[in-house]
Amino acid sequence: MKTIEQEAILIKGLAANDTEAIETIYRDNFTVIKAFIIKNNGYTDDALDVFQEAMIVLFEKAKSGSFTLSCQLQTYLYSICRRLWLKKLQKQNRFNPSIETIEEIVPVDDEIEYHEKKNSDFLFMESALKKIGEPCKSLLEAFYLEKKSMPEIADLFGYTNADNAKTQKYKCLVRLKKIFFAQYKNKD
Amino acid sequence: MEDNLLFDAIERYRNGQMDEKEELFFEELKKNNPEIDQMVAEHSFFLDELERMSEQKKLRHNLKEAENKLINEGFISGSNGKTKAKIIYLWNRYRRTIAVAAAIACIVSLSTATVISKYSENKKEAVITPLVDHKLNQFEYKLNEIEHKLKDATTAAAPARPKFKADFRATGFLIDGRGYLITNAHVVENAKNLIVENKKGDQFYAQQVYSNSTTDLAILKITDTSFQQVNGLPYTFPRSAAELAEPIFTLGYPREEVVYGEGYLSAKSGYYGDTTSYQISISANPGNSGGPVINQNGEVIGIISSKETNADGVVFAIKTQNIYDALKQVKKDKDITIKPPTVNTLKGLNRVKQIKKLEDFVYKVKGN
Repeated sequence: MKTIEQEAILIKGLAANDTEAIETIYRDNFTVIKAFIIKNNGYTDDALDVFQEAMIVLFEKAKSGSFTLSCQLQTYLYSICRRLWLKKLQKQNRFNPSIETIEEIVPVDDEIEYHEKKNSDFLFMESALKKIGEPCKSLLEAFYLEKKSMPEIADLFGYTNADNAKTQKYKCLVRLKKIFFAQYKNKD
Repeated sequence: MEDNLLFDAIERYRNGQMDEKEELFFEELKKNNPEIDQMVAEHSFFLDELERMSEQKKLRHNLKEAENKLINEGFISGSNGKTKAKIIYLWNRYRRTIAVAAAIACIVSLSTATVISKYSENKKEAVITPLVDHKLNQFEYKLNEIEHKLKDATTAAAPARPKFKADFRATGFLIDGRGYLITNAHVVENAKNLIVENKKGDQFYAQQVYSNSTTDLAILKITDTSFQQVNGLPYTFPRSAAELAEPIFTLGYPREEVVYGEGYLSAKSGYYGDTTSYQISISANPGNSGGPVINQNGEVIGIISSKETNADGVVFAIKTQNIYDALKQVKKDKDITIKPPTVNTLKGLNRVKQIKKLEDFVYKVKGN
């Protein structure tokens, strides 16, 4: 068991996408989750999926900055995984009413709900990016995600100058936004 | 192009890249211009989403990496080989079903073993029922007795009527007008006294001259002196095998009254592929044993012997060929020559007429 300080560091590491922190969280918690999933009609692969999703939930929480753990990290992860797995079982009509709980749990419904909503947004953005195609996708990724400068991008993508690249980026951005918001509005 | 500049401004504002003066100006612009304000909000949201997606993608990648590392290390086992987990999963999911199935299998195998061991010595009897009627209807019996008494009173020259209480009833039919009848071996075995009765109700004592429990054939001889030789047996006994699907009929005594039944030849072999008999589909009941199986040409193709207990309409009939073997044996053992009829007078007649001619030659076999 890790101290609260150690766990806080781990969560910060996760928020910063630190591979070492991620690995440690896996090592400390996966076995319990796997035991739970297998005990409740799942495979190891299901456990991996559920754990990964729980990590994303935790990541989002950690990112929001205001997050502090009110319980042990394992309890929190276990609660999330349990909730996620229950939902999955229900979706597959394999709901096991006597789902076994071997650990204490904390309420995590808000997190799950938020995660599910955000997860669909994530899918919208991803599919919108796929739809605009190349070179638009790479161009936007280079500017907005990799934070490359315009002259750099012009050089990379073979535009004559930065202004040219900027115009191109603008056109791509308009298209992406159009597709993204169209999907986003259709959702409601 | 104005939008382009605006996006640029929004991005710089969002990222805090504006200097103080510019930022103030931009905020002023936002405040006075709801349209621009909305655009700022929208674009910021969009960029947030874009960045969030990218971060999540990176995270998913990292998570996958961590997973793979741990799997390679062996810390997480059984991912590629689902097997162990799958078995546990299946076990968890189906353990109740499995338990029930196992219990049923256990009961079934035990009871099967018991049944098999109990009946393995005489499996023929176990699954097939000889069609001898051992549960003689007492009422019918009494009725018969009264009838006989009445007959005694009215007819002076009545044939001798042995008086005894029969334990079983079956069927037999003449093969030789001098008083030789064919019936089943299982009918007459263990019988002390045998009586045959014709349609008119005349009863005669009979003795067995041949019995073979393997072929289940028996030949009886009417020993009663009151019996007079009958002529004109209408049927013949073909040596050739019968054909599949041939329509057949029978006469027999499943009750005190003679009963007609018809059906067809359903297989050229009998129980468990027994080639000495046929499988026929006909309605047969205890008492039909020993009855002739006759085809539409009036040829006796077999003798009803048994039926499968747990199947419907599966009746077995001994092939006529066996009769010839029996006759040979009788000739050899007892020097008795039995001559089967050679002229068929049933051929070409309709069924009603066939039966009229036939019924005088089919006897009720009773005994105790």
